[in-house]
Amino acid sequence: MAKATPTDIDDLETADLPEMDLYHPKSFLTKWVFSQDAKVIALQYATTATLIGLVALVLSWLMRLQLGFPDSFDFIAPTDYYQYITMHGMIMVIYLLTALFLGGFGNYLIPLMIGARDMVFPYMNMLSYWIYLAAVLLLAATFFVPGGPTGAGWTLYPPQAILSGTPGREWGIVLMLASLALFIVGFTMGGLNYVITVLQARARGMTLMRMPLTIWGIFVATILALLAFPSLFVSVIMLLFDRLLNTSFFMPHIIEFGEKLQYGGGSPILFQHLFWFFGHPEVYIVAVPAFGIVSDLIATHARKNIFGYRMMVWAILIIGLLSFVVWAHHMYVSGMNPYFGFFFATSTLIIAVPTAIKVYNWVLTLWRGNIHLSLPMLFAIGFIITFINGGITGLFLGNVIVDVPLSDTMFVVAHFHMVMGVAPILVVFGAIYHWFPLITGRWLNQTLGHLHFWITFVGAYAIYFPMHYLGFMGVPRRYYSLGETAFIPDSVADLNKFITLAALVVGAAQIVFIFNLIYSIFWGRKAERNPWKATTLEWQTETMPPRHGNFGPQLPRVYRWAYDYSVPGAKDDFIPQNQPPAPDEEAAPTGAPPS
Amino acid sequence: MAIAIVLILVAVGSVAFHIYSPWWWTEIASNWNQIDLTVVITFWITGIVFVALTLFVAYCVVKFRYSKNRRAEYKPENKKLELWLTILTSLGVIGMLAPGLWVWQQYVSPPPNADEVEIVGQQWQWSFRYPGQDGILGTTDANLVSFDNPFGINPTDPAGQDDILIEGDALHLPLGRPVKFLLRSHDVLHNFFIPQFRAKMDLVPGMVTYFWITPTRTGEFEILCAELCGLGHHQMRGGILIEEEDTFQTWLAEQQTFRQIQQDARLHQNRPVKIATDAPAGKE
Repeated sequence: MAKATPTDIDDLETADLPEMDLYHPKSFLTKWVFSQDAKVIALQYATTATLIGLVALVLSWLMRLQLGFPDSFDFIAPTDYYQYITMHGMIMVIYLLTALFLGGFGNYLIPLMIGARDMVFPYMNMLSYWIYLAAVLLLAATFFVPGGPTGAGWTLYPPQAILSGTPGREWGIVLMLASLALFIVGFTMGGLNYVITVLQARARGMTLMRMPLTIWGIFVATILALLAFPSLFVSVIMLLFDRLLNTSFFMPHIIEFGEKLQYGGGSPILFQHLFWFFGHPEVYIVAVPAFGIVSDLIATHARKNIFGYRMMVWAILIIGLLSFVVWAHHMYVSGMNPYFGFFFATSTLIIAVPTAIKVYNWVLTLWRGNIHLSLPMLFAIGFIITFINGGITGLFLGNVIVDVPLSDTMFVVAHFHMVMGVAPILVVFGAIYHWFPLITGRWLNQTLGHLHFWITFVGAYAIYFPMHYLGFMGVPRRYYSLGETAFIPDSVADLNKFITLAALVVGAAQIVFIFNLIYSIFWGRKAERNPWKATTLEWQTETMPPRHGNFGPQLPRVYRWAYDYSVPGAKDDFIPQNQPPAPDEEAAPTGAPPS
Repeated sequence: MAIAIVLILVAVGSVAFHIYSPWWWTEIASNWNQIDLTVVITFWITGIVFVALTLFVAYCVVKFRYSKNRRAEYKPENKKLELWLTILTSLGVIGMLAPGLWVWQQYVSPPPNADEVEIVGQQWQWSFRYPGQDGILGTTDANLVSFDNPFGINPTDPAGQDDILIEGDALHLPLGRPVKFLLRSHDVLHNFFIPQFRAKMDLVPGMVTYFWITPTRTGEFEILCAELCGLGHHQMRGGILIEEEDTFQTWLAEQQTFRQIQQDARLHQNRPVKIATDAPAGKE
């Protein structure tokens, strides 16, 4: 399957870049702090993202306490509540998920899985992390400035975001915008690195169509991010100007509490277009790496090639492309030209087709597989179910007329948490259980891992599934309290209490997971090499964990695709990508070879 | 095996929850039954897919569990199967999209005979304006907003003189007559949402947005703001009263017009209204 003979490989062109001379660290400081090793940078990214993510987790507890038990907590005023939801959303979407998938998994896995020694620009890679760290610190600082962080909602819609009826108008919004601008600068440095590394530094024989889907996912997501973030960048800068210099990019004539402000001529809807031109691809910046990683988890743990590899690659590319022409489905009731609804509903529902194909291919990979119910597989299955659920509610919201009653209700909250919160996070967990032995040479505690999985999967479903029904009823989102509303029965308060309790438990399970991580780094059971019997290159390094430079004196050569599991006639049920074909190895038995 | 049982419970439980839970949409009070119908169509199509896929995964997990003596099948692609799945999915998508767009076409096309009513939002209250005898809403400008002219109506426009202004009261509408809401905001984004009508739209400062409904049952309903508009967002409520035609006309006749309000203001206050034209862009 997908073989090239050794002669073929010699005929292949070498990478454009010759072997790099790596800068080897000489001290603790250059090894662990100002490191230029992508693997260390990955861990720095992951640690920082996790820490700020824990802040967002605590914020979600606080907001759930208010929703479940209104009037019970004196320290949660409307100001606080709106600050919690804003910071929770922004941290989770940008500073945790984006940073973790691209900065964390991207840095660790790209060089290893494509057979490179490091990223092509290690110094810029280091800078990328430090700018990201500065952005995170700036964001965290908003909790301590006068007036506190902004409470404008994570979408930061003007005019409200920069007017005095919104918390954090003085400092919070300014620092938030500055932090986002910094994040984008840092990301661009890292992102260019990932793309160029994938294009230029692949090992001999690693054709694009032999790359593991993990790399395809991260690669396409990075391209999306490089194209989408500039749109956020300009909207952030323009909003900053509106706030600080009294320009009116997004500000029309405004009468605020009877007082006429000096703004005029700007368009609030322009901001929404710019924001969602970034914001929708952002969903896929988080989802596409998860698609890629989960494909590899399923294939490895079901001991079967991923079903329809070429279709999977094409689906990722098509989804990436389409994600740039669906943004206004976030704006169906924004007051934009209503005729846009026809176009954006159609483009949005078309995206469902390649996405559904990916789902079919994951479940068809399980068909006639040899399934290990290991932790990564459990999380992968959890992802599939959660993602199907979140995906089909997307068909409600994407279909413009169905969106009309549901937009701005709890249905939307439930939908996006399922599809871009819980689903990708389940993949992150599966990936950590999968690659932890590679990264540390040790196992995570499996008992705690199972506890973590069951509470997270079942708990998250219990939180978000019923929440959709509040949205059907018409319960709006971003309400500090529902108060007395005739159409909302008392049973809604009970359901809100239940959801809050479930959220507290699921949150606590994440603390158990963090404990497991820290404990296992030092005292976990030692792992043998390539414990999952995986085919991809990161498991074929000389040492585990891999050293700086990743591979031995010779870079690996790649003879086959990443999915030679259970090949008929082979001795083992897996053949590593760098294993030359046996003299008697047959050509591909069936199907078209994806080479 | 636990995972297979849980997956079956998820599939069966979700369907049971859908059927038996008390949380569902409110009784409809407008002409948008078709919106509910599109939701139901979407539920059927997606629900079948969800249950089928979940049960399929549960089956695979049981049937193809790891065994040392067995090997997974080696079959990278199956063009025919992939093609069929693509076609079926596309049909499902068309089945949801086509009726959806058809209803949307009606949603964005108010009937020509619809009554116009203006909804004005500001932090954090609702006010309403009827066109009065002439059936035409007078022109407005945010720059004209003042204490005595809270709607910013152009005083030189004759069409505005008989406009009926409602502040601090519910919006009254007659049963069975199509109404086109014209939405306007003085400060930030708001959203005019009545769950029983199934319809909503943002209010955007600097422009006028719209949607239309026909009320189909009498009663009192609540207006919710559905676009985050600052600290008082959750308290930005209003009332709406659907009445029989006669009751509505009686009520409407008792309300004051713009001209009357202006005269009252001149009589009782007799002071010039100062508009702070040199105010800073934002209040610190």
